[in-house]
Amino acid sequence: MDYMQIRGDAKVSIAARPQARRPRRLPRNRAPIETARPLGQNTRALLKRRKRGAAVIELENVGYNYGGGELLNAVSVQLAPGSFHFLTGPSGAGKTTLLKLCYGALTPTSGRVRAFNMDVHGLDRDQMAFLRRRVGVVHQDCRFLDHLPVIENIALPLLVSGRELNHEEANLRELLNWVGLSERAHALPPELSGGERQRAALARSVILSPDVIIADEPTGNVDWEMSQRLLQLLVELNRMGKTILVATHDLSLIRAAKNQVQARVLRISNRQLQLAGADL
Amino acid sequence: MSEGRLRRLILGDTQANRVVPPSGFTAHLTLFVSGAMAFLAVFALALSMASGRLADRWASELARAATLRINAPAEQRVAQTEAALEILRQTPGVATARALTGEEQAALLAPWFGSSLPAGSLPLPQLIEVTGDDQGYDAQGLRLRLQAEVPGAVLDDHTRWRAPLVEAARSLRRLAWVSILLIGGATAAMITLAANAALAANAQVIEVLRLVGALDSYIAQAFIRRFTLRALSGAAAGVALGMIGVLLMPEASDEGGFLTGLGFQGWGWLVPLMIPPLGALVAFAATTRAATKRLGELS
Repeated sequence: MDYMQIRGDAKVSIAARPQARRPRRLPRNRAPIETARPLGQNTRALLKRRKRGAAVIELENVGYNYGGGELLNAVSVQLAPGSFHFLTGPSGAGKTTLLKLCYGALTPTSGRVRAFNMDVHGLDRDQMAFLRRRVGVVHQDCRFLDHLPVIENIALPLLVSGRELNHEEANLRELLNWVGLSERAHALPPELSGGERQRAALARSVILSPDVIIADEPTGNVDWEMSQRLLQLLVELNRMGKTILVATHDLSLIRAAKNQVQARVLRISNRQLQLAGADL
Repeated sequence: MSEGRLRRLILGDTQANRVVPPSGFTAHLTLFVSGAMAFLAVFALALSMASGRLADRWASELARAATLRINAPAEQRVAQTEAALEILRQTPGVATARALTGEEQAALLAPWFGSSLPAGSLPLPQLIEVTGDDQGYDAQGLRLRLQAEVPGAVLDDHTRWRAPLVEAARSLRRLAWVSILLIGGATAAMITLAANAALAANAQVIEVLRLVGALDSYIAQAFIRRFTLRALSGAAAGVALGMIGVLLMPEASDEGGFLTGLGFQGWGWLVPLMIPPLGALVAFAATTRAATKRLGELS
């Protein structure tokens, strides 16, 4: 079984990584997501647990034009479940764009993006919302609701999916403890440091126990110690069976990660995706 | 709308309500507009109901009432009055016929000449009040007979001025209803503007909510509920003030005529209580439309 394939100019195939450990669960129980209306077939497919072995996210000959110029050209990649990928490249190369294409925030100019065996472009807005519940996203700027305290921002995915927060309080506390924000639970986001914001964003991205976690420069605004702490959290999530995709230009972070987990590194160069070499 | 969504809209979801930050000027604008419009709607409703009552009363009373005027020399006036009354008693369709007393005739002139008018010294015609029964009488036939037998009698069945008066009252009622519709439309337009402003101001909040998997219906509901409740509370305050205003108007009296009858009577006092829920309904529809359109544009 291929662990990951990069097609296009790279034409690289990588052997599968055997799962060294049995995936652990996040420190919370996964409850069925409540919905306000009967689910359609596509939505049911989104909510269903992924099939073992199938790629959770797949880009096929994806191109993306921005401002009249071509940013990505014929990018193909499959993210296998439970895998850990870094996405690197120079500033403006298209890392954030590629991440956004993965979770449907952008529509490719050409090619096709599939998530959980669904064509992302074919999803309506409600189905896209259900997709977002399966893909936790950590933005570089975190994007919080500044009028809500940290604990409510972290609980936001629970809230919008119709869960009763009263029933989730213990899980929330445990999650806050896990990311080291127990003492800051009732602080407002503008009162947090860069590292605290990133950890809060990470906690928010995993609270619904998504299958995939996508992080865009999660260590961009934090010091080395904090970036190691964030990396440790991502590694833990990967060991729980989550698929991780992290965009970063921090090569030292990638080297540190490769000491802990079998991470693969993709590099965007000249509008195309390539497998990074062993020099990393 | 599903039962669950309706329940959440009415009873509220305190957690969900908090995801949208309270926005200052749109909240005040919605409250003020709905309050002011409800206040105006109370008066338009009062005008509509009063003019409706007036039109109905004039139509029914004047349709059956007539006045017979005896223009005869003083020495013949009594005889002609008696003759006219006898003819009226014999006329099918006439329920009652009664000659007005001197005091009653003086009272009719009092608004113009004052109460100290020496009516007895003036050559006033004798007036006979005629009331028809439900079937009514043949005015033209009665007029011809009176012309032949009582030369000084002139029958005025009020047709000449009754029709435009009733039509005027009915027009007033129609205008009041048009005003109420315009008030509703203006309320909808203002709340749509306020909702659009709130949605635009919270574009980043919407983006974050979508990022964490919120359905558009969830996002829209947060705005819809807020604007609906604001419109409901604003309209309730406006109606309360409007009803106090109507209550403080002078009691209906014969002297005051139409103006003092401008208000509610009996069960009519309950009708303005429909304005706040209707205002909330208008706000609900306006915000739903604005939110659906705006969220569609933001996708």
